[in-house]
Amino acid sequence: MEFKTFVFYVVAAILVFAALRTITARNPVHAALFLVLAFFSMAAIWMLLQAEFLAIILIMVYVGAVMVLFLFVVMMLDIDIERLRHRFWSYLPLGAMIGLLMVAEMALVLSGTYFSAAALPGQTMPEGYSNTKELARLLYTDFVYPFELASVILLVGVIAAVMLTLRQRKDTKYQNPSEQLAVKRNDRVRLVKMATEKDLPAEPEVKEGGQ
Amino acid sequence: MLKNFVPPDLFPAMPEIFLVLMACVILLVDAFLGRTQRWITAALTMVALVGCALITYQTMDGQVVLTFSNMFVDDLLADLLKLMLYLSVIVALIYSRDYLVARQLDKGEYYVLVLFATVGMMVMISASHFLTIYLGLELLSLSLYALVAIDRDSPRATEAAMKYFVLGALASGLLLYGMSMVYGATGTLEIGGVAQALHLGVANKTVLVFGLVFIVSGIAFKLGAVPFHMWVPDVYQGAPTPITLLIASAPKLAAFAIAMRMLVYGLFELAEHWQTMLMILAVLSIALGNLAAIAQTNIKRMLAYSTISHMGFMLLALMSGVVGEDKHFALNAYSSAMYYIVAYVIMSLGAFGMILLLSRAGYEAEHLDDFKGLNQRSPWFAAVMLAIMFSMAGVPFFVGFFAKFSVLLAAIDAGHIAVAVFAVMFSLIGAFYYLRVVKLMYFDAPVDNAPIQASLDMRFLLSLNGAAVALLGIFPDTLISLCTFALMRSL
Repeated sequence: MEFKTFVFYVVAAILVFAALRTITARNPVHAALFLVLAFFSMAAIWMLLQAEFLAIILIMVYVGAVMVLFLFVVMMLDIDIERLRHRFWSYLPLGAMIGLLMVAEMALVLSGTYFSAAALPGQTMPEGYSNTKELARLLYTDFVYPFELASVILLVGVIAAVMLTLRQRKDTKYQNPSEQLAVKRNDRVRLVKMATEKDLPAEPEVKEGGQ
Repeated sequence: MLKNFVPPDLFPAMPEIFLVLMACVILLVDAFLGRTQRWITAALTMVALVGCALITYQTMDGQVVLTFSNMFVDDLLADLLKLMLYLSVIVALIYSRDYLVARQLDKGEYYVLVLFATVGMMVMISASHFLTIYLGLELLSLSLYALVAIDRDSPRATEAAMKYFVLGALASGLLLYGMSMVYGATGTLEIGGVAQALHLGVANKTVLVFGLVFIVSGIAFKLGAVPFHMWVPDVYQGAPTPITLLIASAPKLAAFAIAMRMLVYGLFELAEHWQTMLMILAVLSIALGNLAAIAQTNIKRMLAYSTISHMGFMLLALMSGVVGEDKHFALNAYSSAMYYIVAYVIMSLGAFGMILLLSRAGYEAEHLDDFKGLNQRSPWFAAVMLAIMFSMAGVPFFVGFFAKFSVLLAAIDAGHIAVAVFAVMFSLIGAFYYLRVVKLMYFDAPVDNAPIQASLDMRFLLSLNGAAVALLGIFPDTLISLCTFALMRSL
């Protein structure tokens, strides 16, 4: 057995184990961590397929950003695991049916003429070939215009998100030091002219209540 | 590695590059400005748009120039539409200023998003590749979704934004699916390449027509043609009036441009197929738009239905280009469609400008009753509104009359006499609700007697707008021949 094949089987076994644990782990944090492991193993398999750019992107984007955010969400939410697992196994028939359907579809596609192993380009790239570089070459030369447009669209997304969500809460109490320092006496103190002496009003006559 | 690479010619795309840079500069400058200094942002936005117009005007030479690996085209059609686009955005910004300031909505983001929406429309107008059409459309739509929701405390605006977003995403999906079919059949996304593949007859016709259905649906949605019109009344009514003004004017120019680029430039060989689809859309739009507008009491909603019927008229011209194998009438039909859309934008700016003129702090003049007795309050602006309403109805010697006239001529030339008669009938029905506004202004007593408060520049510009509606009707030749000339040099 070639070393590459050996690595593939080891990584694939870890991948299948991690994927299984993702759906069976009782603790959602553990499940998320197993999903991270599954992504890692998948990236390793892509690396074996010489798709190193996709592998790096999978780790950087999904593991580095998406899953970390996801973990935060899972940790912050108070999830009632018992309620989630309630009648877990009753979904088995439906799940199994969908799973079988997917397997059948894949089998149909893979046994067809276009996707059989013989029909796929199986050549190994020459040494020093980098598909990251090839992608970059296309993105920054032929497709530079749509590439820049996509970046402008992302910028609009950022601006819109900030505009729609950043709000000064109306009930927040805060101090503005510059305003406090710039305050003048007249802004705060009001001098009221009053007579120094004031005649007391005549005392109302107290009626003697006769009993 | 890049020995064979020739850097793209950036010169034709100067206006786009300039505007993106200015938008980023304005975004940064605005971060340092306080509420009272917002006029600086507004002024910079004006400078950016005027600068863009100058660049476009200076580089307008009537040559068809492709750049960025044939993804970007600079021709006379693009230049003319872009100049019209800057003009309508500038006018919209000036009309909106008082309204936004009074409601504290004149945030820096408003100006930046308007500029990015403008960039999106410019990209659409100059696109010669399905990918750039889609990206331009998304840039425009995303900016508009956010702008509709700019008044966050208004539940109606939020609801409108949500509807617009969901239906807009659906339409983008339809368009994208159609494009993928075209790619599957022809193996290219370049509009010139698609036309060539069709001409050589190497493409699978069934797949192409299948894709065409989705592309036409996507365009119809963006134009707001029946049966893809459901979003139009709700969004027009729900959005703050300045945003409605923006949605109702400039994007129609861009939607016209992508319809031209995709259907006429790219899929011209399939004209018999898309012309039938456009005919159905046009007939339904004219009928439903004019009938439903009668029942409205909210003027923004009424104008929304009127937009639907106007878009139907524009499609009527687009579908009259080719008769059988005869392409003789194409130029005439497409230039009348372009003339119609330009005339519509001018009228639409004026109509929504009038609503903004009558609104003031804490008061929205969006009901028909708010126009009652306008003649007693301000005879001049009543006359402006009269010109706009007459023009929209198609009363002779206003710009809208000649627009309708040239469209109907094109339809009759192409042999669609029944459709033309139908369109005239429904225009007559439609005249009712335009003339009702005139009746309210001149023959009813005012409900609201507050003096009209508006800045001098807005009064001046709105007067100019009304004058344009009247003058372009008296001297229609200039604009018509400009449209014909632009298309002749670009087709």
